[in-house]
Amino acid sequence: MTGDGTATGTDRDRLPVADAEVCVVGAGPAGALVADRLAGAHEVVMLDAGPRFDPGDRIERQERAIRPAYDRPDVWDVGGDRDAHAASGERFYPLNHARVKGVGGSTLHWQGMVMRLHEDDFRSGTARGVGPDWPLAYGDLRPYYAAAEQELGVAGAADNPFGPPRETAHPMPAFPPSYSDSLFAEACDELGIAMHSVPNARNSESYDGRSECVGYGTCQPVCPSGAKYDATVHVERAEKQGATVIDRAQVQHLDHGPDRIEAATYATPQGEYRQQADAFVLACGGVETPRLLLLSDSGEYPDGLANSSGRVGTYFFDHLFAGVGGVLDEPTRQNHVGFLTSESHQFYDEADPDTAPFKLEFFNYAGPSPVEMALSGNEWGDSLLDSLRSAYGNQVAVGALVEQLPREDSYVGLDPDQTDSHGNPVPDVHWTVGDRALATIERANEIQREILETLGAEITWTVGPEDTGPAYHHMGTTRMGTDPEESVVDPQLRTHDVANLSIASSSVFVTAGSMNPTLTIAALALKCADHVTERL
Amino acid sequence: MELTRRDATAALAALGGAGGVAWAISREDGDPGPSEPPEADLPDDEQVRETLAAVAAVVYPKELSGVEAFVGTFVDSRLAEEPHATGIRRAVATLDRRGQRWHGGRVTELSAETREQLLREVGADTAEEDPDGTDAERVRYYVVNELLLALYSSPTGGELVGIENPQGHPGGIGSYQQGPP
Repeated sequence: MTGDGTATGTDRDRLPVADAEVCVVGAGPAGALVADRLAGAHEVVMLDAGPRFDPGDRIERQERAIRPAYDRPDVWDVGGDRDAHAASGERFYPLNHARVKGVGGSTLHWQGMVMRLHEDDFRSGTARGVGPDWPLAYGDLRPYYAAAEQELGVAGAADNPFGPPRETAHPMPAFPPSYSDSLFAEACDELGIAMHSVPNARNSESYDGRSECVGYGTCQPVCPSGAKYDATVHVERAEKQGATVIDRAQVQHLDHGPDRIEAATYATPQGEYRQQADAFVLACGGVETPRLLLLSDSGEYPDGLANSSGRVGTYFFDHLFAGVGGVLDEPTRQNHVGFLTSESHQFYDEADPDTAPFKLEFFNYAGPSPVEMALSGNEWGDSLLDSLRSAYGNQVAVGALVEQLPREDSYVGLDPDQTDSHGNPVPDVHWTVGDRALATIERANEIQREILETLGAEITWTVGPEDTGPAYHHMGTTRMGTDPEESVVDPQLRTHDVANLSIASSSVFVTAGSMNPTLTIAALALKCADHVTERL
Repeated sequence: MELTRRDATAALAALGGAGGVAWAISREDGDPGPSEPPEADLPDDEQVRETLAAVAAVVYPKELSGVEAFVGTFVDSRLAEEPHATGIRRAVATLDRRGQRWHGGRVTELSAETREQLLREVGADTAEEDPDGTDAERVRYYVVNELLLALYSSPTGGELVGIENPQGHPGGIGSYQQGPP
């Protein structure tokens, strides 16, 4: 199934907007925040390759998330020729599990964890002796982080002794710890491991006209209540200020001269059009942003637009998952909600050339969800109930996210052998993971095992270096820097090569840290909007 | 333990009528499959309600009461939305036809023991659900799993297993913080 036929507005025209000042490509969180910031004072148009989903469909999408007949991409209609992709690296990258195309972007299916990067994440080379430094310091982004927390609506607390300095409280109180957190706390106390709250872009109380969380338990991949932030919030706000949103408008290439974009050529169900604008902002994430630049090659830019550095597409990185799970001989109360309430950054800043920063996550949804298990078993009646009672209720798990360093042999390119529904080469995510990340996964596993053993759990599974997978955070493919020979955008998020082209995306990240990236994406988007405003 | 109208309402709140999204029922848009009856021969609402209640008596735990009313309320809403409703009717028709052919009666006319035997003979116990699939996969999707989904996403179904706020049920954010009752 593709996005066709499930969006609203399929019968509208998708003509370009006359006299547009800013064209934003991509209606995910970065594009939505940029559009919202600019729309009040400027003529803004947003183009998104996917549909505008009907909010009234979310309950049905939730059913898809629960029923085994549907795979994760089916929930938001990802897949088909539009979303074809390749994965030529040493590890398969499940791209269509990792993204949503449409208004709202991947925040439609995200988990909603929003931490700030730590100060040393911006100076990995200097502080940790490995990897590049960002051309920005934490202090440069700090006011934007605070603004981003207000925009998204973050429920959090100032109880993280390892986090970077803050100036203000989170806009909402943190979600209280879970019952299973209290079990972990005893073990962690014994081991000297500090637990603290998780900042969630999820309403712990009514916020910004949206409901408080009502506990559907399917946060990832769909929140029917709207309590979890998604970028439709800012898309709608931008529209109220006059912005135009054109859905199912896949940009084919950026028409340009030597130093300026003239128009974005986009394909719609009604035909192909050109959107002209004074300034363009690419906000298509870590895969489609470099892909569009590579597809926009020309005589001036034979290796791809804005790619005189040769860095467009290189340094693709993600966070790696490590985890250990087990069972206790007592109830642990899992799967009541679909979000996390406790984590630990205690080991984060011990990072050095051999060990990456990593954080620990204490699960509230370890083990099977009874309803999902009921639908996929071979039993029914009393026998099924016995199995559900036996399988549910005493699971525990500790996860971790681990930083992957940027590597030249990990990249997003164009697949020469496969084209999408418009005849364009599909993205090839050539994902390679280095030894530092793999060694860190082992280190995380050691701590996780220690916690579970102290808790008295019987360990039943481990996700280690052999079977680790990505956290679906695409980063690094249009790196930010001051040197035009080594980077694609400058610290103001403008491309070195093309004066009216900016990028608001995780693709500008220089290193990953191991924090979920969306708050940093949002902060950078707000910064980008400020700089675009200055130049208009 | 008794299933109540509140459970049915809660299940519907969690699952809706299944009609808003264009579900992947490609066969619904074209000719019915070789074993499917023509549209005019599909069972009406009452037949569907009765059949699903009869199947529920097999696939639900014995300790539950109030099953018939629960299933009726749930099914009424699911039958209000296409194309899901047609999928349910076709699966029920398939099951009834097999019942008549193999056991001499429609599902509602068979004993509980024979009903369970029929479901197993169709293959609904081991099939993976698929709205576009074989008879076994469609019966699993539209009949067996339809019922299991309604039950185990409801408060009473959750409590049977030990979870007051099962996935899909908007039961608030209190229970995750609480210890075992």
